[in-house]
Amino acid sequence: MPSLNDYLVLSAVLFAIGTAGVFVRRNLITILLSIEIMLNAVNLSFVAFGRALGSADGQIIVFFVMTVAAAEAAVGLAIVISLFRHKESLNPDTFTELKW
Amino acid sequence: MGLFYLFAAVAVLASLLVIAQRNPIYSVLLLIASFGALSGLYVMLEAPFVAVIQIIVYAGAIMVLFLFVVMLLNAPHEDTDYDERVHPLMRPGPMRFGGVLAIALALELVWALTKRAESGRFAGGAVSSVAAIGRLLFTQYAFAFEVTSVLIIAAMVGAVVLARREDWR
Repeated sequence: MPSLNDYLVLSAVLFAIGTAGVFVRRNLITILLSIEIMLNAVNLSFVAFGRALGSADGQIIVFFVMTVAAAEAAVGLAIVISLFRHKESLNPDTFTELKW
Repeated sequence: MGLFYLFAAVAVLASLLVIAQRNPIYSVLLLIASFGALSGLYVMLEAPFVAVIQIIVYAGAIMVLFLFVVMLLNAPHEDTDYDERVHPLMRPGPMRFGGVLAIALALELVWALTKRAESGRFAGGAVSSVAAIGRLLFTQYAFAFEVTSVLIIAAMVGAVVLARREDWR
């Protein structure tokens, strides 16, 4: 039987992979995918903690995280589409009009 | 225990490949594989409800949305203003330190988690019935559940407004 720590270590590794993706990649869609990896790492911690405490609260929080992730993906991808229409590019370094 | 390592290895490898791919379509498909492995882990944690909505909502709905956008934009390759064969440590800006920062974060988290020598064994008594989760969702978390519906409507309207063409009249 894997212990709580095993799940938490896996969650930490997945979260770090998502962070690396946000920093390293220069493609808006891949950055959004990296954010999804981070959200899933957090979901895994919630479910593991809920299992360790014998409560259903962890699973319910995961349900809410998934709805927020769906809303974030819909709005984020709409922003990506409208940005792509303006500049014909998905590189975040091309969108610097707000930078002073 | 072997099953745990199998699922963990699939999840970590697929996630690593997601951020290593240059073509976003492969990234999306690999992320679906990673979600499948996580769903198996949820089953091992006696959370079948989360495992099923992970497949249906996440892999089924959200990732299909990503796939639609990737195919709609038809810009498969990352366009960068530097040579793509350059080693990641030689690239400009924060990309030079991004990987280093992420490795440092992972090491810190793993160190903090393993510092306390608790066994962390799961006690008995998991709540795995969907009926129990549903009852809790509509009693104790009823307000949050309703607020979620408002959030979904706001996101839907926002997505339509943002992705609309300017000359829609």
